[in-house]
Amino acid sequence: MTAQEVRLCGLLLREHFGEVVEKVGTHLLKCGAQNLRTIIHETGLSVDLVKKSLCVLVQHGASTFSSGRKGPGSPTEYHASCDRILRILRYPRYIYTAKTLYGDTGELIIEELLQRGHTTMSSTVKTVADRLTQNMAEGLTMDYSEVSSTFSKLVETHFLQRCPPLPRVGNKDSSAPSETPAIPGTPAAPVNTAPPTPESFPECYKVPSVTLIGRGKRQLASEDGEEQRSAKRTHGDEGIYWQVNFERFHLHFRDQTIISAVANKLDQTSSEIVRTMLRMSEVTTSPMATCTKPLSANEIFRSLPPSYNILRPILDQYLTLLVDDPMEFVGKAGESGGGMFVVNLHRALANLARATLESVVQERFGSRSARIFRLLLRKRHLEQKQVEDFAMIPAKEAKDMLYTLLSQNLVQLQEIPKTPDYAPSRTFYLYTVNQLPTARMLLQSCYKTVANLVERRLFETKESKRLLEKSQRIEAILASLQVSGAEPEQLTEVEEMITAPEKQQLDTLRLHINKLDSAENQVDETIFLLESYINSTNASS
Amino acid sequence: MAGKGRGVGAFTFNIDALGIGRGNMPEARVGPSPLFPNTDFKPVPLKAGEDEDYMLALKQEMRGTMQRLPHNIKPQSNKAEVERYTERYLKQSQIDGNEWTPDWNLFPKELMPRRKRPRAKTGTKKSAKISRKDAENILTKLDELANKDDPEKSDEETEKKPGNKDEEEEIEEEEYEEEDIEEENDYIESYFDNGEDFAADSDDNMDAEATY
Repeated sequence: MTAQEVRLCGLLLREHFGEVVEKVGTHLLKCGAQNLRTIIHETGLSVDLVKKSLCVLVQHGASTFSSGRKGPGSPTEYHASCDRILRILRYPRYIYTAKTLYGDTGELIIEELLQRGHTTMSSTVKTVADRLTQNMAEGLTMDYSEVSSTFSKLVETHFLQRCPPLPRVGNKDSSAPSETPAIPGTPAAPVNTAPPTPESFPECYKVPSVTLIGRGKRQLASEDGEEQRSAKRTHGDEGIYWQVNFERFHLHFRDQTIISAVANKLDQTSSEIVRTMLRMSEVTTSPMATCTKPLSANEIFRSLPPSYNILRPILDQYLTLLVDDPMEFVGKAGESGGGMFVVNLHRALANLARATLESVVQERFGSRSARIFRLLLRKRHLEQKQVEDFAMIPAKEAKDMLYTLLSQNLVQLQEIPKTPDYAPSRTFYLYTVNQLPTARMLLQSCYKTVANLVERRLFETKESKRLLEKSQRIEAILASLQVSGAEPEQLTEVEEMITAPEKQQLDTLRLHINKLDSAENQVDETIFLLESYINSTNASS
Repeated sequence: MAGKGRGVGAFTFNIDALGIGRGNMPEARVGPSPLFPNTDFKPVPLKAGEDEDYMLALKQEMRGTMQRLPHNIKPQSNKAEVERYTERYLKQSQIDGNEWTPDWNLFPKELMPRRKRPRAKTGTKKSAKISRKDAENILTKLDELANKDDPEKSDEETEKKPGNKDEEEEIEEEEYEEEDIEEENDYIESYFDNGEDFAADSDDNMDAEATY
């Protein structure tokens, strides 16, 4: 929970949940787990605002609560999770992936769940059906069963999961983890247990039998809507809440990255082969696995998509090429069945992270500095003289570049003493690059970048606030005029209320904001890659 | 070891080992580094494609939607009369579903908004909530009276007054009002289970409320 992460989390909370939640959230992030009274006292907000903010944070999974440190009787403590809040940056990517995999229905389901935190299946299905119906042509409505089937498909492929029940009162699901039943009223759990992960709940991916028969309704007038809402119908799945399974999406993104890297480095056919291998091992590979289960060349040949009818010897050649490639995406694990092949997931991530670091150095310091950087990555430790020789760069310039890289902390100096007293004249000084700490440092600077982008965007919006409000007002007037059927002259008159230079200003503003937003999305891709690499090293160590 | 203390820039170690000569030392710093240093290498342009445009649109939409959902908690601000005109246009675009009550089975009980009766400090909230129940009470009582007096005049007045009061409270304390509206909610039942409080309060404040 570094300062940059906290700053970025605060900005994200402010943009999506308001300033009150931002205050409570950043306080929790900075000060660790705290109970309600302390939070109220230290943030200085009113009791209800703090309670509401905590409700919002818990609803969205950004905060968890557990019984206090002193035992079951002490007040509940709230703990905010930084990672979960940073996921907000990635929401557009999740929604877009759902769209590519499951169409518009899937996209809307994921969007609803991301916006509401966790909801029941029936309410999601109804809202999504209504939204789809609104966008469809006149007279067509979306049936609930279609939406339910897409929902079930999402659950089967583990993109959605049930929220874990709290290990307390016994009137919840019967398959709740067996903890000691707590006294009703005090949300206590045994002090020594960690909060249950969704995976530990055995029915995590089981779709409940829900009776949902109906079609989406168009929003005709507000009175109809209120009548619908007042008629409460239960559909048999009360109390079963669903949330988006971010880990599964991350695995999917990781696979996509590997496939596109292979396509960029080699060719389309090799990427298809890797895609087939990954698809076959989707269910058999655990999320933290170093590499997929070995697949024989025969199996791969049989599972290739029918549009790619390559011959068997050609497939063998491709596999050999993939194994020999220095990026080490695919490895050979044996000779049975025509050769057993695995996809090296962790090594692929490490290589991709390394390529990211190299490209950062290249873009920031030039291609010769990048050459020195790559040299040091490959050869580990080099003296000053050796760097100049291997990189084939004149001594003075090499010194300059090395010194710049050293001052930016991308390159470290390692001392090897010849004598125990570390005398400088009798010590070797070697330059070296450590990939993991450098990746961590780069990740922090990515967080700082996104935070700066958000702040700049907020600043630009604030500067032109009056202009934006004016344009919003004019749009509202135009819309209402159009609805009430006005003549074109009136419309043009209203449109002319915005002068030409103002229009230009608005256009530039819009361009800037789009650029900043798009930049945030793309920095998030780098963040994802570096985070996956760092997490993979944590898992294996 | 060259220059044993005789020269000003003498070093204690053999400077050649590091590869930096005496003449190549970088200049001493004269102050903090500049806030916006010159970049020799400009950043690479952003990726621009269909996917990126779609994700951009998704992001902006999501931001806008989330700001209008009930999860977005706005600090209580006193709005002057002037502001309301511009905000009237902004309010038109708000989403209807402004009520949100979490499922209390999953949340700790202490997060439930509590309404303790003897609350000396926050007098406004107490009167706000009482007046809501009061308003209904007044309506029923005045209906009876109205049957004796002018039917239209008193009805109109009573409808307008609770309406105005509701609007004010709505603007000041939106959150409480919305929770009050949902009469079918479980937790309101459990908190409001004795009829005596209900009747007692209305009797207490009836005289105060009558002076509009």
